[in-house]
Amino acid sequence: MQGGKFAMYMRKILLSALLFGGAQTTIAQEPQFGEPATQADIDKRFWAVFPDGENLPDGQGTAVAGAMLFEDNCHACHKNPPDEPSELDPEDAADVLFGGHGTIGTDGSLATVGSYWPYSATVFNYVRRAMPYTAPMSLTNSEYYSLTAYLLYKNGIIEENTVMDKDSLPKVEMPNKDGFVSAYPEIPEKYRTK
Amino acid sequence: MTDKKTMIVDATDQVAGNGLMSRRFFMNSALASTAVVAGGSAAFAQETSVGEGQEDWTLYPGDDAPEYGDVSQFEKGRVKKFVAPPVGGRTASSAGRTPLHMLHGTITPSGLHFEVTHHGVPDVNPDIHKVVIHGMVDRPLKWGVEDLENYPTVTRQYFMECSGNTRVNWAQPKPDQNFMYMTHGLVSGSEWTGVPLSTLLDEAGVSPDAKWIIAEGGDSGSLSRSIPIEKAMDDSMVALYQNGERIRPSQGYPMRVLNPGFEGNTSVKWIRSLYVTDKPVMSRFETSKYTDKLHDGKSLQFSLEMDVKSVITRPSNAIELKKKGMYEITGLAWSGKGKIAKVEVSADGGRTWADAMVEGPVHSKMLTRFRIPWMWKGMPAVLQSRATDEFGQVQPSRKALLAARGKKAYYHYHAVHSWSVNARGKVRHVYA
Ligand code: HEC
Repeated sequence: MQGGKFAMYMRKILLSALLFGGAQTTIAQEPQFGEPATQADIDKRFWAVFPDGENLPDGQGTAVAGAMLFEDNCHACHKNPPDEPSELDPEDAADVLFGGHGTIGTDGSLATVGSYWPYSATVFNYVRRAMPYTAPMSLTNSEYYSLTAYLLYKNGIIEENTVMDKDSLPKVEMPNKDGFVSAYPEIPEKYRTK
Repeated sequence: MTDKKTMIVDATDQVAGNGLMSRRFFMNSALASTAVVAGGSAAFAQETSVGEGQEDWTLYPGDDAPEYGDVSQFEKGRVKKFVAPPVGGRTASSAGRTPLHMLHGTITPSGLHFEVTHHGVPDVNPDIHKVVIHGMVDRPLKWGVEDLENYPTVTRQYFMECSGNTRVNWAQPKPDQNFMYMTHGLVSGSEWTGVPLSTLLDEAGVSPDAKWIIAEGGDSGSLSRSIPIEKAMDDSMVALYQNGERIRPSQGYPMRVLNPGFEGNTSVKWIRSLYVTDKPVMSRFETSKYTDKLHDGKSLQFSLEMDVKSVITRPSNAIELKKKGMYEITGLAWSGKGKIAKVEVSADGGRTWADAMVEGPVHSKMLTRFRIPWMWKGMPAVLQSRATDEFGQVQPSRKALLAARGKKAYYHYHAVHSWSVNARGKVRHVYA
């Protein structure tokens, strides 16, 4: 809406320039200062990986390799429950990545990659861009596939030797895939306050 | 001469129970000072300099104009954000909450605007930072700060609220007694200036099949959210300025998305990629985080619009009543859908309500201040405010909100907040 108003405003200005200023050259009706973006410009900034596998890179890995990578790069901050319980608010416990299956909605709810995340590709999407916390993007795509495989394996979702790559990863179904209801554009009637 | 203390109050001045008063009390009461300067025809026995008894700052010239002004040294350390101590040696996310009870008006000073970061505040160099628009567009384009400066800008006042604001009120069995910036400080108001996102999208030429825009920031977690295309084409902007100056690093310097009325983290800071597509990306911040767990085991996702909400900032648990008398109850109201239409206040725990004065101009999707005079007679009271927006959305009671969503939602708590005042003027947060 604002865009429309602005377009009108700019057209008026340019129109009066044409009428009264006698401008001869053809100029765009709206300001245009964007420069063409090259593929390299885009690749540098675009990390999004979609549930259907769009934009997943080449490379592959299994939980076997992932276990070692996890020990070296992740275990310092992420616990191995139940031996190592979370120190954080259980409602916001990003330090625990395993377990909690079937607890969502109950009093002892523990939301983890395994119990809560609806899409397998989101694991790769987040871990690659953001982890290890102090050195994000520091590993290779195959190492990130291995870590993703390890997180899924430790949550009982795939086998230890299942290869994760751009074809197999998006096919992995998560236990809580049907756990979400969209509130956009409207919150379902059921959850509105009366 | 009648002074304020002896102003006559009769029953007709009461607009609701337990001392809520007609607003005439603050509109035209005799606030003018009636102090009489003590006349002194002193003898000139012993003359001293006329400055005797004055403070140093009256007697000596002060500092020269600085290049960038600062608050008084006496305000430093007093007026500050509530910064949560790190958990287990590191924080999950880092948050600074606005000290609402110390501020007035509706604009939050930029340095006191709340901030939540999941991966810290990056130090972005504006000379090399660019944002790209790509995907389902005719022409993928990029812009630096200097390029964006050339466009006609819009300047608007908007509130920003983290959907985790007031989250402790969902499940915590006992009402939180930290000062109110702990419960409510993840909301602030600013004047934002930027280029409408629609201007940039139009320039790139968006496909009619586009439905979502995937925003990614340049922080060390490349924070990412999906924004509905209708929103992007309506009132979203790429903001460059906050309260007249370039936005602060913690707010996304040198450029951020601003989605008015939407939950804060969708307004992706340090924005560097806007991918136009037909589906949401389902990033961690719209699946693992910022989804609202319901009583039936399901979770609400894309609860983007912030709800109608209000809170009394004064009195509040950080501001106690020292003696009986006339006070002003004041606070803030806001709605992610539009303008605030009405704020009601109760002093008797919701038995009776009176309309507070809503201070204009009222801006859409912006903090709105309300006020109402209150005669505190030294009796226990429960103070509450309840906002209604121009679309008729009414702020619910805590009971009604919990009945609809359960106690686990974590995000989007927006129920009526209650302050109890006891006979000694001590103010506490209660569930009522
Ligand atoms: C220095 C500490 C640290 C290290 C090392 C680390 N992480 Fe994290 N991780 C964090 C923090 C802190 C968060 C939460 C960030 C936030 O608040 O958004 C997190 C969040 C996550 C999450 C999201 C959890 C959720 O439920 O939303 C995943 C998955 C994850 N890390 C995986 C990994 C992996 C895999 C590694 C090793 C490659 C790793 N992390 C290494 C600190 C660390």
